Amino acid sequence: MDGLMNFLTGLSLVLIALVLFSVRRSHIRVEYSVSWLGAALTLLVVSRSEALMNRAAAILGLTTAPLALLTLVGCVFLIVLFRLSVLISALKDANIALAQRVAVLEFHLRSLNEKIQTR
Amino acid sequence: MSVPEPGSLLIVVPAFNEEGAIGNVVREVRETLPGVPVLVIDDCSIDNTAALAREAGAQVLPLPHHLGLGGAVQAGYKLAFELGYDYVIRIDGDGQHDPAYIMKIYETLRVTGCQMVIGSRYLNNDHAHSSFIRGLGIRFFRLVLWPILGQYVHDPTSGFVGVNREALQVFSKSFPLEYPEIEALVVLQRKAFRFVEVPCRMRPRAAGKSSITALKSLYYIIHVLLGVFVNVLKYEPKRRKR
Repeated sequence: MDGLMNFLTGLSLVLIALVLFSVRRSHIRVEYSVSWLGAALTLLVVSRSEALMNRAAAILGLTTAPLALLTLVGCVFLIVLFRLSVLISALKDANIALAQRVAVLEFHLRSLNEKIQTR
Repeated sequence: MSVPEPGSLLIVVPAFNEEGAIGNVVREVRETLPGVPVLVIDDCSIDNTAALAREAGAQVLPLPHHLGLGGAVQAGYKLAFELGYDYVIRIDGDGQHDPAYIMKIYETLRVTGCQMVIGSRYLNNDHAHSSFIRGLGIRFFRLVLWPILGQYVHDPTSGFVGVNREALQVFSKSFPLEYPEIEALVVLQRKAFRFVEVPCRMRPRAAGKSSITALKSLYYIIHVLLGVFVNVLKYEPKRRKR
């Protein structure tokens, strides 16, 4: 139990450091770092509170606290991944619309140039 | 059959690495329908597709990066809508669609007032070039689409499709990206638009290989099924039935 808790505490600290480092280097935009920081902080809090874990295990009907901890961690990361999928979908839509717009504008530009040259 | 007025009909040909066939496709369309513009949408091919299409007399819409079939077709629809075309007929860049049937699709669009006309290889049983797996897939999707569309569609995967300006407006804003043919039918149904099929002859590919392999067929079925149901569930404001 302690080993798992310590491991998750270490993981959450590494995650927080990694996210802050990435934001500082502009590898992640601030708005996208919020989900990861939230997930890492949740992980840190639950991994340091055995009482919280025991309570969560009781609520979830689980026999052991580590199982409850892993379930909570899994849920937090699923939410983060879902949020990222939503963002990626929006970005893909925007990217396709932009690519099509560029192509259409280039087409108009080419047509205009051809008209000017034939005058 | 009436000749399309200038600026009324546009032939759209999405193409990705079709240098082996695109020149002949464009020339054939231009010989069959002199005066009707042909727009090749080059989906960022790495071969000479764009140059050969231009050489054959087509206008080319080069995409800045690969968007896939749906993205390419939608780019063509967007341009056609902006340029004020009333009808757009899409044919494939691999030579499978016989341009001799374009006028039949155009006439049906004009006369029936349907928003979409599909060139179907199954209405006159001319499907010798379809693979066994494709045939099975088509039968499966006919059954899936029947209750959704309230109408039997013989060739739901056909890319030989004509649309009028109403459908063009809808597709300019919303068009499925991958394997768009089947999902596009559901998009139309949600708008209470009508479609009709006309018998067409399909030929074997003039060059290159189909992008849908055996393994991709399975992905295709799952993807399209999901797309169909997502489109059915999508919220659309109510619109008067035509």
